[in-house]
Amino acid sequence: MRHLLDTRTLAREDALRILDTAEDMAATQQREVRKLPTLRGKTVVNLFYEDSTRTRISFEAAAKRLSADVINFSAKGSSVSKGESLKDTAQTLQAIGADGVVIRHPASGAPERLARSGWIEAGVLNAGDGTHEHPTQALLDAFTMRRRLFGEAASRGRDLDGMSVVIVGDLAHSRVARSNLWLLNTLGANVTFVAPETLQPYGARDWPVTVRHSLDEAIREDQPDVIMMLRIQSERMHAAFFPNEREYARNWGLDDARLAQLPERALVMHPGPMNRGLEISSAAADSDRSTVLEQVANGVSVRMAALYLLLSGERTEHA
Amino acid sequence: MTQNPGLLIRGARLAADLTERDADISVADAVDLRIADGRIVERGTGLQAREGERVIDAAGLVAFTGFVDLHTHLREPGFEQSETVLTGTRAAAAGGFTSVFAMANTLPVADTAGVVEQVQALGDAAGYATVRPIGAVTEDLAGERLSEIGAMAQSRAAVRVFSDDGKCVHDSLLMRRALEYVKTFDGVIAQHAQDPRLTEAAQMNEGALSSELGLKGWPAVAEESIIARDVLLAEHIGSRLHICHLSTAGSVEVVRWAKARGVQVTAEVTPHHLLLTEDLVRSFDPRYKVNPPLRRDTDVQALRQAVADGVIDIVATDHAPHPTEAKECEWDAAAFGMVGLESAFPIALQTLVQGGYASFAELEGLLSQTPAQIGGLLGHPSSLSVNQPADLVLVDPSGISVFDAQRLQGRSINSPYLGMELPGLVHTTVRRGYLTLDAGAVVDVEIVAAAAQAANAVQGAVSASVRGGTR
Repeated sequence: MRHLLDTRTLAREDALRILDTAEDMAATQQREVRKLPTLRGKTVVNLFYEDSTRTRISFEAAAKRLSADVINFSAKGSSVSKGESLKDTAQTLQAIGADGVVIRHPASGAPERLARSGWIEAGVLNAGDGTHEHPTQALLDAFTMRRRLFGEAASRGRDLDGMSVVIVGDLAHSRVARSNLWLLNTLGANVTFVAPETLQPYGARDWPVTVRHSLDEAIREDQPDVIMMLRIQSERMHAAFFPNEREYARNWGLDDARLAQLPERALVMHPGPMNRGLEISSAAADSDRSTVLEQVANGVSVRMAALYLLLSGERTEHA
Repeated sequence: MTQNPGLLIRGARLAADLTERDADISVADAVDLRIADGRIVERGTGLQAREGERVIDAAGLVAFTGFVDLHTHLREPGFEQSETVLTGTRAAAAGGFTSVFAMANTLPVADTAGVVEQVQALGDAAGYATVRPIGAVTEDLAGERLSEIGAMAQSRAAVRVFSDDGKCVHDSLLMRRALEYVKTFDGVIAQHAQDPRLTEAAQMNEGALSSELGLKGWPAVAEESIIARDVLLAEHIGSRLHICHLSTAGSVEVVRWAKARGVQVTAEVTPHHLLLTEDLVRSFDPRYKVNPPLRRDTDVQALRQAVADGVIDIVATDHAPHPTEAKECEWDAAAFGMVGLESAFPIALQTLVQGGYASFAELEGLLSQTPAQIGGLLGHPSSLSVNQPADLVLVDPSGISVFDAQRLQGRSINSPYLGMELPGLVHTTVRRGYLTLDAGAVVDVEIVAAAAQAANAVQGAVSASVRGGTR
């Protein structure tokens, strides 16, 4: 793999290769010395145009455990805030000798531009672009589902065939929902989007997804193996996507009553950070079904796998 | 003052004679045209060259009255890093245009007599094309108060087309007043139909693809609803209305309905909306970022059919030059627009003529006669006949070639067609009897400026004698 830009064009074999490699990485994290020499001498730049401490430290931990040199480049307080273009920043990183660039950017497609423009030779890893994609989040979610479903020992090589995944929340503005939808489809799962019409992506009925308005109906009809709650940002309220938090929580929040309605096996996932009491109750967030903290831990393993596959070994063009 | 040398064009087929769609150009008779003192002075066959006359072999070429672009951004004053009147009209000459209407969104905005007169004067001096300034409808394009429409109409630039293009005159009452007020001066409002609230921060056509790419959608309804309102206003008031760059199948239906009711509405389409679709946005390459956005293939097909049906009246380029840095960035940060003067004919040839939607004669209407009528362009030939002004273009409709940066003669290179194979070539452009494009090569700046001066002197003498004789 040359870059990891999206899950929409990620082939099944490549997805499974990342997930299986992540299993290897996770195994190394059980050892006393967790650091591997794999990327010694390689330089990974975390190029973050948006604040995201969680994602950045996850990538930073992943790169460091592979012995890469890590440079954190935050757009805030840097030349970027003085109007430096993406091109100039990219060429600066090229001159510094970056082997990999992990980019988080508010503009959809910015990682694609970086990868295809010829400004830089480094492998590009999309850490979230606008409302487009967040591929490592989807991969770590799939990794978490697979492990819970099949166990550590039996996960390798398996996909998520026939699994029912219900994703609830601000789907219209969610790169996590999009990346999950494409990847889960590639891995054979069935995906349902639940949200009021205002928060459904326009045209989602043309996508391989079941679109529902009622969360109760989705729990009843789709018998989810996984229910994934997305963060609701209060500014959506002010732009007339929904009237107020109470009405949202009443209809689309995973409260205690709905938690009780879930099938026995169902996992509760959330990419974080959570709004307890809005999209998810504390009981749901803290229950045994919740994978919230596993998702964080697995994130490091999946990102180690992605960095390893991008920056070491053969470099072939991906998608 | 030296006179411009005469021209003898030999063996051209006239677009006006090629009225059948899908017809080979050889069905028309070859015609010779003699040009002197800025006019066509003889038309026939087997004309002999006179001394000092430049002979142009036009075998295999089709002659049109000069192309007229009702929608060009020349960027001067204010954005000279993108284009100037000189460089933009060079691009026009390269594309076969002899007249261009310059949009008002300059800096300062063309909302006073001073600015429009300046733009016109720059065009006259450069000489590559007749530059007709378009006046802003509202002061500073702010959509709040009418600009000095009367002053611009009565200025030396005699503005007849008014537009806030780039922005929509979205306030219903202001649009009504504008339509009424321009009627006073025999003007027309050219509306950029875009509901601003429905398109806040919009980046591309709204649909499943915009959602997939995470780019904010520009829904078709934002265009169609404004057009629907405006045709009803035009009907209520009895005013003329021109709709810029129609881009959706729904807009076509609204205009079709309005025309059937007898509303005085005309509509334009750009070459890029006749060819390109939103699928190109998948690349996130901002060369494809344009306003209105590239739409679906069904829209492209509907627009072509609308041209064939006469619902769409003209093809206009919306030539929108931008410096490299405005496109060499992430999609959201990039400017809207693409250059289009040099590529207009090849795209129209491919999509409309070769597609069977228009004959060459109809293309002359779309690219020359009808835009001249809508814009109230004076001094434009109504046909290639004796005593008509010699504004004409010779095109070679045969062959296919790669459209590359060498073909771009303006200051900017933000063309979506670079690297594409396109049919046809613009061969020769003649304005007021002198060459601006000579066998595919743009004529030098000094030569054109001098020729323009000489042509003006002749025209001045002629109009003085006409005045003396008749009044």
